[in-house]
Amino acid sequence: MHVIVLLRMVPDVVEELEIAPEGNALDLDALRMILSESDDHALEQALLLKERHGGRVTVLAPDAPEVDDALFTALAKGADRAIKITGLDASLTARGLGHACRQVLASTPGLMPADLILTGAQAFSDLDAVIAPLLAYHLGLPHVGIVSHVSVNPAAGSVTVLREYAGGVRAEFEVPLPGVIGIQSAEKPPRYVPVAKVRAAMKSQKIETAGVPVMADGGNALIQVTGMLKPEAAGHAEMLEGSPEEVAGRICDILAARGLLQEVR
Amino acid sequence: MEGGIWVLAEQWRGRLSDVTYELLALGRELADGLGVPLQAVLLGQGVKELAGTLGAADAVLYADHAGLNSSLPEPFAEALAQLATSRKPRAILIPLTNVSAGIGSLLGERLQVPIVNFCKEVLLKDGRMEAQCVLYGGKIEASIVASCEPVIFGILSGGRPAEKGRSAAVPAVEEAAVDLPASPVLFKRFVEPEAGDVDLGAQDALVGVGRGIQSQDNLELAENLAQALGGAVCGSRPVVDQGWLPLARQVGKSGLTVKPKLYVAAGISGAPEHAEGMREAGLIIAINSDPGAPIFNLAHYGVVGDALDLLPALSEAIQARKG
Repeated sequence: MHVIVLLRMVPDVVEELEIAPEGNALDLDALRMILSESDDHALEQALLLKERHGGRVTVLAPDAPEVDDALFTALAKGADRAIKITGLDASLTARGLGHACRQVLASTPGLMPADLILTGAQAFSDLDAVIAPLLAYHLGLPHVGIVSHVSVNPAAGSVTVLREYAGGVRAEFEVPLPGVIGIQSAEKPPRYVPVAKVRAAMKSQKIETAGVPVMADGGNALIQVTGMLKPEAAGHAEMLEGSPEEVAGRICDILAARGLLQEVR
Repeated sequence: MEGGIWVLAEQWRGRLSDVTYELLALGRELADGLGVPLQAVLLGQGVKELAGTLGAADAVLYADHAGLNSSLPEPFAEALAQLATSRKPRAILIPLTNVSAGIGSLLGERLQVPIVNFCKEVLLKDGRMEAQCVLYGGKIEASIVASCEPVIFGILSGGRPAEKGRSAAVPAVEEAAVDLPASPVLFKRFVEPEAGDVDLGAQDALVGVGRGIQSQDNLELAENLAQALGGAVCGSRPVVDQGWLPLARQVGKSGLTVKPKLYVAAGISGAPEHAEGMREAGLIIAINSDPGAPIFNLAHYGVVGDALDLLPALSEAIQARKG
């Protein structure tokens, strides 16, 4: 089977985020970009399906800082083909990307038809869309999102997926192929690949590029970010300082004053 | 009724979610501020009687269809698009939950109108709706305005107390027809969570662990503290995805919502997905090495430091107090 995985880079929020001088966007120069976490799970799920059922995995990603590293890493992990979408505006929103992907999927040889298109169930930067249902909508394919388990039924030409709801309840759906699945978690944590293997992939494999012909307005003009700030102050926690022992003592005082040391005993 | 504020009443497995009432409370403020009616939109099959609890709205629009029986976004977006095309609401508020995820995106594309996700607040400024959104896992808040109406707002839970959106009033219910295609996706069954070894909801004290716990071996430190407090250990999604804790111990959007008297968040950043499950705890004490972690906006007390140092110190101090 042929599985396409859409990967996206997002700011690494472990690093300090800086707001650009204009005040309504992140300072792109100050960012470290990493692969969106649920996209990493989507890639892992695709690789597991390939190991189980054979076939090939194509990874597709919009151009972004560090995206080559992410694509070579995907190749080193076992993806067969990597394509970078170029010519996109840096301020492109998720909704705009949905339109761009439709064009790239239609115009790049060997991409469609695919049996499955996987992508992360969500990215924390997607202000104006969840990408998986939009891709399905543009491609006219069935979709289920927030999925944490995928199994293929080769005879039926379908996949059975588990979609997460709330309170730990999940629901099982059968999706005819081809289809689009938004992955929340792969069956297993994403695999680790040694740096040496990534370097080897950089030497022996290639990243293809696919340009987007004409980027029609993909909803970008429909919303405007008028300001950004780092939330703080309001309702901020009272911070406790000192050695671990001093802080532990303070916390004990707080718990005791609230009767929590007795009550929860 | 044209030009109203709409709230999608989220019903799942025949029950209305609390977030529905939170959105009605927010919708009421917007509707009153704009001088327009507030309408709840209830979609499903055989759930008309649920409309009776939506009295905070001026009216309920109800569509009954077999296609609205399974909670997938496509039929709900299609139904809303059909209803909105003729009735022209000014805004449509949709819960940003696992149940309703994706509806707003599809509806926005279908109607070619603006959509704003991750809203924790929608305000009126000079008669214009402005959303305040939580981005990048809670690290950034952005103000967003839309260039045309209707605007679709995907609203995070917890913005208003649900109680503010409940009313004993009996709303007028208008039934509307929708025409939905058969879904190619087949619902098979619900999979109930496996009963965990502990009932998280019954604990007075919970020690929540996140990525900052670094390895499964370090869970012992959290277990020791939980034991000293007479409570249990739970975790955020990354810890469960790693297989360090079972699914039954996950707190947050896909997992459980807990309200213990004490919640110690150890190495948890406090992204909205986790916050949703624990923000109602009586006392929240957060330990995180990142002073900018959003958990500190939620916690009552915070400690910037390594949870691996503080957890054992705290366990020891509590044991010493208890003698």
